[in-house]
Amino acid sequence: MSKHFKLKRGLDIRLKGIAEAVLEDAPAAKTVALKPTDFPGLTPKLKVKAEAQVKAGDALFFDKYNPEVLFTSPVSGTVKAVNRGERRKILEVVVEADRQNESLEFTKADPSSLSREEIKEQLLKSGLWPFIKQRPYGVLAKPTDVPANIFISGFDSAPLAPEYEFVFESEQSALQSGINALAKLTDGNIFLGLPSNQENGVFSTLKNVEVNTFSGPHPVGNVGIQIHHVSPVNKGDLVWTIPAQALVFIGRLFETGKLDLSKTIALTGSEVKTPKYYKTVHGTNLSELLNGKTKEENTERIISGNVLTGTKVAKDEFLGFFDQQITVIPEGDQYEFMGWAAPGINKFSAGKTFFSSLFPKKQYTLNANMNGGERAFVLSGQYEKVLPMDLLPVFLLKSILVNDIDKMEQLGIYEVIEEDFALCEYACTSKIKVQDILREGINSMIKELG
Amino acid sequence: MKAIRNFFENTKPHVQKGSKFHWLHSTHDAFFTLLFVQKDTSKSGTHIHDYTDLKRTMGIVVLSVVPALLFGMYNVGYQHFGALGQLADTTFFQLFLFGFLKVLPVIIVSYVSGLGIEFIFAQLRGHEVNEGFLVSGILIPLIMPINTPLWMIAVATAFAVVFGKEVFGGTGMNIWNPALVARAFLFFAYPAQMSGDSVWISASGIEKMADGFTGATPMAEAVLGNIEFSAWDAFIGLIPGSIGETSALAILIGALILIVTGVGSWRIMLSTIVGGAFMGVLLNLFAVNTYMELEFWKHLIIGGFAFGAIFMATDPVSAAQTVRGKWIYGFLVGVLAILIRVLNPAFPEGMMLAILLMNTFAPLIDHYVIQGNIKRRLKRAQVNA
Repeated sequence: MSKHFKLKRGLDIRLKGIAEAVLEDAPAAKTVALKPTDFPGLTPKLKVKAEAQVKAGDALFFDKYNPEVLFTSPVSGTVKAVNRGERRKILEVVVEADRQNESLEFTKADPSSLSREEIKEQLLKSGLWPFIKQRPYGVLAKPTDVPANIFISGFDSAPLAPEYEFVFESEQSALQSGINALAKLTDGNIFLGLPSNQENGVFSTLKNVEVNTFSGPHPVGNVGIQIHHVSPVNKGDLVWTIPAQALVFIGRLFETGKLDLSKTIALTGSEVKTPKYYKTVHGTNLSELLNGKTKEENTERIISGNVLTGTKVAKDEFLGFFDQQITVIPEGDQYEFMGWAAPGINKFSAGKTFFSSLFPKKQYTLNANMNGGERAFVLSGQYEKVLPMDLLPVFLLKSILVNDIDKMEQLGIYEVIEEDFALCEYACTSKIKVQDILREGINSMIKELG
Repeated sequence: MKAIRNFFENTKPHVQKGSKFHWLHSTHDAFFTLLFVQKDTSKSGTHIHDYTDLKRTMGIVVLSVVPALLFGMYNVGYQHFGALGQLADTTFFQLFLFGFLKVLPVIIVSYVSGLGIEFIFAQLRGHEVNEGFLVSGILIPLIMPINTPLWMIAVATAFAVVFGKEVFGGTGMNIWNPALVARAFLFFAYPAQMSGDSVWISASGIEKMADGFTGATPMAEAVLGNIEFSAWDAFIGLIPGSIGETSALAILIGALILIVTGVGSWRIMLSTIVGGAFMGVLLNLFAVNTYMELEFWKHLIIGGFAFGAIFMATDPVSAAQTVRGKWIYGFLVGVLAILIRVLNPAFPEGMMLAILLMNTFAPLIDHYVIQGNIKRRLKRAQVNA
């Protein structure tokens, strides 16, 4: 049944600072926050005011266009602040934790015995629904849809990504319950993508799923790449994706009847003194977690997520909704004399123009410097080398730049979201903002075709 | 270092929009970014970016042309003293120095006129000066006969930059290879000065030429039915020709640099050579004159074929951009180059025209490759349905 896909194209960026397989309890979070900005295209509507008392599972805000989709507090406590940006856009809803861990009561039952509607309602009410994304477009799944299939990636191949087998070591039953719940939401299959070398891991023994194995460099662990190879999204198709972490939350919800959003994250990157894993809570404030753990506070960039798709955060800001990793790298805001002409033994590159390409095993400290100015598309074939999909990325991007909806459709915009093209942006000699362009294209698709 | 950086940093506010020296903005920016990788960091999208930028890439291309350039300088001296019959009395250093002094002004003129126009356009359009001309500026001298007057180099370069590139929107938007546009411009505008037997050898002293020395390129001779050049000389490059095109050996070193660094497309290089060899064999099979009988592999080492295949056809902007497109494009460049060279006596060398022609058709080739991709993906949808 299970098929193996051997992908050749892609790139593993060899960064320093991979997390050691050691788990530590992070200091209990004083505050947590939900960030509507983690969801492209979401228009949030507040449901609470500052100073309101909430339990874990109480709604903080909801989706204006799908009001049944709730975003709930991960902990019990007091709503401390609603931080807004330009034009009063909601950036964060911050909850001060009271450390009581009180949760609303939800149905406690074996999901296999519940109906599709019951499961849907529980996911919507508990605030776990927003973990489900739809393809095409990578936006929030609509509760009224029934997807053809649901896809889950059982590993993360991004730079310095956490090792799923370690993170979910003791969560197998929750994972299984989560899968059983999701299985009710589709008439098709649940496809699980796994690395090829795990025979008896936490994931490979799960039931009720269709397993496919994948090998190759990043982005092999991206669910979008796996969908492309297993059952590509064409015009009119609809599938859902959900991160493995959300399966655990859903499983716990049905097993205990309580919302328990504690999770394990990896603290990684060259600027972290001892990179390892920490047990913390969804949406946690980072200041206690990071305190004293990094090398030079003034010259580093903290990223919630990985270096390709993560979000830049300040030290007193919060972990992103989908993030299981914090990466700290040097900011690199310094001039470098004739940097482009240097031999570059310490300059990791997707190309082979630096001497670093002579050292295939070495790990590197990379910073956030742009390393050059933005130019028009000049070189060809660069994106294809890091994108294991049968589509023509540069031509897709050009069709977006001229806003040609027909061409975008034909060239495969239904199949990709930003994370799939992130490596193209990294490798781009012309420093083109590939992910921003792609999201622009997706937005105009949604606007034109709904 | 610090002093230079401070100078640039301190002068930066004075070249911004609205300040006194705003018309120097692009120039300031070009030199500042050339000397220092800027301190800008990622604001959106990926947090890390590859160290490779267009300066690095173009720098590698310039580096790969250096062997051909150095050999070209030597050959200019070699041909000159050869024409005078004085080779035995001159040292290697004298030959090189003679060529160096002849070639250097051509390079300077090419860079000054081309970059000058680039700077002006960048300023007018409000974008950064693009690195593309760093390569065009060195390629233009290498494909010129040594006797081309400097003013012609300047005019041709200006024409190439303005009409070959800037009218389309600058590097990345051009349809034709700018360096070849310069060469084609001269070829058609000043045919008398660009062909014949006297242009390939540095002028001074030509009237006292040694007995039996014609100064014609092997191709000009071959059209007349005289195939006498030594294949070894042609491979090493000790034959008359444009400054940088004669030495297949030096060009091969350049090809090696381009392929190892991944900057040049090996697919285009290989398919061009295969295309040329294919046409050569075809001509051999149907040969009715001595030129058509020329062994197919000799075509690859004379004239501009090798130089064009390695440095001109591979220009990523004007070549085909899809993998399959590159194979087709390169193959046809090779075929057409030899076809024009042998069968059309009006054009002693076909490489320039072949590449320009295929540059024109590259978007069409890509179009069909893209349609193929679209059809394949559509079919997949029907199979699944």
